[in-house]
Amino acid sequence: MTALLVFLGAAIGAPLRYLVDRFVQSRHDSAFPWGTLTVNVVGSFALGCLAGAAVSPGTAALLGTGLCGGLTTYSTFGYETVRLLENRAHFHAVANVAVSVVAGVGAALLGYTVLADL
Amino acid sequence: MPTEPVDPDIDLHVPAQRRELARTHGGVLAVIALGGGLGGLARYGVGLLVPGPWGTLLVNVVGGALIGVLMVLITERWRAHPLARPFLGVGVLGGFTTFSTHTDDFRRLLAPGGVPVAFGYLVLTLVAAVAATALAVAVTRRAVA
Repeated sequence: MTALLVFLGAAIGAPLRYLVDRFVQSRHDSAFPWGTLTVNVVGSFALGCLAGAAVSPGTAALLGTGLCGGLTTYSTFGYETVRLLENRAHFHAVANVAVSVVAGVGAALLGYTVLADL
Repeated sequence: MPTEPVDPDIDLHVPAQRRELARTHGGVLAVIALGGGLGGLARYGVGLLVPGPWGTLLVNVVGGALIGVLMVLITERWRAHPLARPFLGVGVLGGFTTFSTHTDDFRRLLAPGGVPVAFGYLVLTLVAAVAATALAVAVTRRAVA
């Protein structure tokens, strides 16, 4: 049952990531991967909220492991960073890593703290 | 990411012909959903075998290596099927790897006495995943050259 909830959540999260990435990226004429950054920060915030709210195991499987896990991606984040390095866009590569990690961690902590405090 | 190709013989101002765009898009979204579900399921399976942050580290590094192999093969080597990258790259590997569980692992590790481990986990994932992707790209290029 848990496996099915994870599958369903990730099957919604992954196409949502694709749509958000296209939407965000189409609004910037830039080599900087704003789309991936957006889904990773939003997904980190959402998972932080779920952890702070101490949701049931079923909800955690569907929305946490499934939806947030499927919405966010480390492989595309890493690949885009490697591509920026290959293209000698060193500033963009370092900025991508720094902003993704700091904003992602900050969003997770914020979501957790706000929901745990309610 | 390149936008998907649209047939030049379709006039999107003609309502009846817009369906073609929706159909193409629907197919892309469907394979991403299927791939994402399968990737998420595989991540869940790894988490049962290796629970906690180290399982997350494992999927993110393995997924990083696999996307390096995939992208060289489908963008530099083969004329891949148009749905190959959406299914395998955006879907399976995007669903397999996770940024949100990674940042949540960091938050869980943050505790009195756990701060060095938390930051070590953050840096180790980053270095190992990016290095795995770069190495996989280089090795795959050599292998198929």
